[in-house]
Amino acid sequence: MADAVPHAHDRARDRDPSAAPDGARGGRDRSHSPSASSGPSSQAPSQPRAVLEGPDINRALIRIAHEILERTKGAEDVVLLGIPTRGVQLAARLARHIEQFEGARVPHGSLDVTMYRDDLRLRPARALGATRLPPDGIDDRIVVLVDDVLYSGRTVRAALDALNDLGRPRAVQLAALVDRGHRELPIRADYVGKNLPTAKSETVKVYLDEVDDRDAVVLIKKERP
Amino acid sequence: MKRHLISAADLTKDDALLILDTAEELARVSERSVKKLPTLRGRTVVNLFFEDSTRTRISFEAAAKRLSADVINFSAKGSSVSKGESLKDTALTLEAMGADAVVIRHRASGAPHRLASWVRGSVLNAGDGTHEHPTQALLDAFTMRRRLGGLDGRRVAIVGDVLHSRVARSNVLLLNTLGAEVTLVAPPTLLPVSVETWPCAVSYDLDAVLPKSDAVMMLRVQRERMNAAYFPSAREYSRRYGLDAHRLARMPEDAVVMHPGPMNRGMEIAAEVADSARSTVVEQVANGVTIRMAVLYLLLGGATFEGGTR
Repeated sequence: MADAVPHAHDRARDRDPSAAPDGARGGRDRSHSPSASSGPSSQAPSQPRAVLEGPDINRALIRIAHEILERTKGAEDVVLLGIPTRGVQLAARLARHIEQFEGARVPHGSLDVTMYRDDLRLRPARALGATRLPPDGIDDRIVVLVDDVLYSGRTVRAALDALNDLGRPRAVQLAALVDRGHRELPIRADYVGKNLPTAKSETVKVYLDEVDDRDAVVLIKKERP
Repeated sequence: MKRHLISAADLTKDDALLILDTAEELARVSERSVKKLPTLRGRTVVNLFFEDSTRTRISFEAAAKRLSADVINFSAKGSSVSKGESLKDTALTLEAMGADAVVIRHRASGAPHRLASWVRGSVLNAGDGTHEHPTQALLDAFTMRRRLGGLDGRRVAIVGDVLHSRVARSNVLLLNTLGAEVTLVAPPTLLPVSVETWPCAVSYDLDAVLPKSDAVMMLRVQRERMNAAYFPSAREYSRRYGLDAHRLARMPEDAVVMHPGPMNRGMEIAAEVADSARSTVVEQVANGVTIRMAVLYLLLGGATFEGGTR
């Protein structure tokens, strides 16, 4: 099985214009844009585009679940740890898929990395997410970190530090629903749902049914002021 | 949140809930084998204690260390304060050492407020005279929330030496913010003059209040602050306002007994009550570290702006 989906294949499929416009954000961005006066388009949001929608997300997760089973030879000793907020739901879904395919119960939990971030002092202190490890812990297990979007790699760096204080896994792997590039650290994902070439000025937003009442990955283009 | 924590009244309901929720997560850190987070690495917290204290100072020290801050302990005894150095000069010394936060306990009400205008870092009030002790109120609220499941509409009785108690004042303010109903129970001589302006009810009859209380907080009779006869005798006080097993039995099944410590066993609280399963005295100490971690993280962990942290 391929390690990552080729870009060309993905991009051909994802020209879906039906993405719900993110009105508030688009409006705000637009108000700073020099093109704001150019007729009717001034009311339009700055083109949020759905990259994955509905069943696409679960298809990607099913493939990742198979890859995890393949790479770890049956997912024995695997623990799935989601990084809050959306990574937690993704980890739970992966555990469900793996159980469906192989009948193997994979422990899953969440790992909050807030206290380990390197950008804490750039923003006001933020509320903490939940850290819930499976009862048997992570010692000598294969921990698969699960996050929604892989970007700079700094969140994953923080997660590796957090893991270090919680136990000593046999190996740590990384699964991301979307890899949007622009890494700032030597980190790569072992399992990727979709490689998404982006500009740094763009925003990738993941919506999940459990928290947002819909499944979608949306790319929001920000126009430069 | 504001930059300093000087009074429980500085906290809005959202602030208070954020601190309690943060503490709920941080409580798990104390259960791990590595009880340390790197969050405040490189920051300096000064414990400035002008008054004797064991648990509060140790609690703040443990909290700061678990967040990887450097801790400097400064107690008035054996320092230049005993040579007559003023609070302002002490503050300027700490400022020059680059303190990011100053935790202050002082016998004079209002000392932390004064200090806040002299230093650039955050000032945390760890008890000033008979004024306030906000982190104690937070840890009490945290303990009650964990035991009772919530504070909204809960009835809390605060019993004893309210006049000399900074714990009582901070608790009344915070519990009111969090939606609990507070009743102060004390002999008239141990109530402050302005008590009718406080957001709480007042009673002189403990036996009437107990059956309607979800939590009862016994205050220490502070003899070291008493220079007059506030009640006829210790025995008489204990008989009317002390919590013994007989009185405990009149409280609702799941009601809890709290005490900020140190306890006068046999005076305001009977030994058998202090050691019962309904007593939260030991939990309160453990929760103290957790709540102070939460406060230090929220005040020092993020970017700081003029006048507040957001």
